[in-house]
Amino acid sequence: MAARTLTIDGRLVSARAGESILEAARDAGIHIPTLCYLEGLSEMGACRLCLVEVTGSNRLLPACLTPVSEGMEVHTATERLREHRRAIVELLFAERNHVCAVCVASGNCELQNLAIRVGMTHVRYDYLNPVCAVDISHPQFGIDHNRCVLCARCVRACDEVEGVHTWDIAGRGVNARVITDLGVPWGEAESCTSCGKCLLACPTGAIFRRGTSVAELERDPKRIALIVASRQERW
Amino acid sequence: MDLAELHATAERERARRKAIRVLCCTSSGCQASRSLELFHQLEAAVTATGQDEAVEVASVGCMGFCGQGPMVRVEPADLLFERVRPEQAAEIIAALAGEPCSVERGDPNHPFFARQVHVVRRNGGFIDPERIEEYIAAGGYEALYRVLHDFTPAEVIQEITRSGLRGRGGAGYPTGLKWATVAKSPGERKFVVCNGDEGDPGAFMDRSILESDPHLVLEGMAIAAYAVGAHEGYIFVRGEYPLAIQRLTRAINQARKLGLLGSQIFETAFDFKVEIRVGAGAFVCGEETALIASIEGRRSQPRPRPPYPAEKGLWGFPTLINNVETFANIAPIIEHGADWYASIGTEKSTGTKVFALTGKVRNTGLIEVPMGMTLREIVEDLGGGSPDGTPVKAVQTGGPSGGCIPARLFDTPVDYESLAAAGSIMGSGGMVVMDAHTSMVQIAQFYMAFCMDESCGKCVPCRVGTVQMYRLLSKVVAGAATPADLEQLEQLCRLVRETSLCGLGQSAPNPVLSTLRYFREEYEALLREEAAAGANGTP
Repeated sequence: MAARTLTIDGRLVSARAGESILEAARDAGIHIPTLCYLEGLSEMGACRLCLVEVTGSNRLLPACLTPVSEGMEVHTATERLREHRRAIVELLFAERNHVCAVCVASGNCELQNLAIRVGMTHVRYDYLNPVCAVDISHPQFGIDHNRCVLCARCVRACDEVEGVHTWDIAGRGVNARVITDLGVPWGEAESCTSCGKCLLACPTGAIFRRGTSVAELERDPKRIALIVASRQERW
Repeated sequence: MDLAELHATAERERARRKAIRVLCCTSSGCQASRSLELFHQLEAAVTATGQDEAVEVASVGCMGFCGQGPMVRVEPADLLFERVRPEQAAEIIAALAGEPCSVERGDPNHPFFARQVHVVRRNGGFIDPERIEEYIAAGGYEALYRVLHDFTPAEVIQEITRSGLRGRGGAGYPTGLKWATVAKSPGERKFVVCNGDEGDPGAFMDRSILESDPHLVLEGMAIAAYAVGAHEGYIFVRGEYPLAIQRLTRAINQARKLGLLGSQIFETAFDFKVEIRVGAGAFVCGEETALIASIEGRRSQPRPRPPYPAEKGLWGFPTLINNVETFANIAPIIEHGADWYASIGTEKSTGTKVFALTGKVRNTGLIEVPMGMTLREIVEDLGGGSPDGTPVKAVQTGGPSGGCIPARLFDTPVDYESLAAAGSIMGSGGMVVMDAHTSMVQIAQFYMAFCMDESCGKCVPCRVGTVQMYRLLSKVVAGAATPADLEQLEQLCRLVRETSLCGLGQSAPNPVLSTLRYFREEYEALLREEAAAGANGTP
């Protein structure tokens, strides 16, 4: 496969023809923030965090979807891009109810990491405080729409990897929501195979395994006695 | 069907016509003012007065002067009646026999009509859009015949390129260039798509064309299909246009029956079939990649371009997407030649453009004017200025993607480049006139509410940014905003314009930016003193 040479942030980088700017940058150890991108899934260019400047183009281009070309000059962290990224992350925090302190994903959340990475110290916009549902009708998993960022990684993982397409998006604008089947509770979604790939793909605490949140933790100390008793019977 | 049969059909239709024709507009606008009832009353009045031999009543498309509807025209005397009520039908029919008539008379030489140049609207208000024979009698489908017999596909593209026609959907991309790209893109199948998802508030040009002259659009599509090598076409019409859908459906069936669509058109090897797809109420479907997704049966969300539909469109095949009005220009260009077309309008913006002239203006309705006419001529000569003498303040063009042009720039010629330089766009043809009583901040707020509701929700800046901008604009309108809020609004405008995925988001800040550019004092007058506004805290 033919190779291409380009510069990213002043560094000469070699890449395979057909590779995206994002892949080339990651190979070279140059970090470009992403959210809707997930290796293994199709790219959709929705979060706009990986936008970069390319000399000769007056538009900002999504690094995940823009193929490299010979001699291309890419800038990934100009002042303008940094300002835009911080604003986009702030818009996400203002959109739903992201309360890290009570979230199952706190400390292990891509949105939280992004906020730290882009230097978000506070949110300049009005919190929209929408009323969002929590669906725990599925026996193993739950979805908390308060924490969803509409990256559609669950939709694509379910469709492209599991091959099921239980997830999709309904509604539009800020009223858009991920849904299971035709908008039925997850537990009633007949197409769901309970494979858990959506859980793996979710960047925040929106999709979670039931029993992992603080309030749900159940202890069953009596099981120790049960285990000991059953061992005794067998011996 | 061959040329002799086409001419025979036209001849039969002309012979069928009676000496006096009473043409009654039954387009959506006039129907809303009971023109369908009027049409039946006119028919009844003709029968009641025993004039069936000499007089026929025909249901026709839009005559343009929608603010004065329902309209009735009598041919060949060229009498025009305006604001006709069904109860007045008998009076109009009696007037044909010379009786006095109190129905409001229109002047066919009124500047509203006289200053127009009709290319795409030439049949509007003259033919019954539900009868293909009338279209054929007006010279219809001859351009398609000529193209199939006398032109190679390359020659068609060359003719369109030479005409200088640019996309009438708003962006003004050269039509010939687009056709050439699709023609040259390799693909086992190719598609031609007509974008009839007209959605700008106050705009109804495409609806009127589809309702008044559906065959003109079909003929343009067939010519385009021949030129680019496509055999399948789709017309995407928004679901809010039931009459347009009904008339198009009928037109497609009629054309198919006569062998003007379908297999071996005009007994050549050229096949072209057309289907209608009806939108379900999403403005974003007018964006071509979202429109493609919708036709494919998926959620109508745009995807980043490139690849452009000309290379990868419907189901991955090269696809030509043009707007209704663009297709409506094709047959006239073939009929009269590229030079004739290029002689209308300006050097870089040739031909005519249809506008829906509405708002604070005396004469409202549809106008088709040569490119390069100034805004002043349109507003003052055709539009007749403001209805109550309040000075006109601005004109909004391009809908939620466009901007407001202040009265002091009314000598701006209407062409793609001049409107862009004035901070607006040509757009699809909405033209809303505003007077001194109009608050420009509220106008910006209105358009932002529209974009916020119509954002598909795929990309973050458009989905959330439009909501935040709407909130800030509402704050300004309520008199609660500070200079810091205005600054944040401008920052958001920049963010949403530069980072949104598709044209909807990228252009959503335009109404704000253009009103800030020309009417900043209206914003500033509403601001309150800077208060101790702090951050909203951390998550």
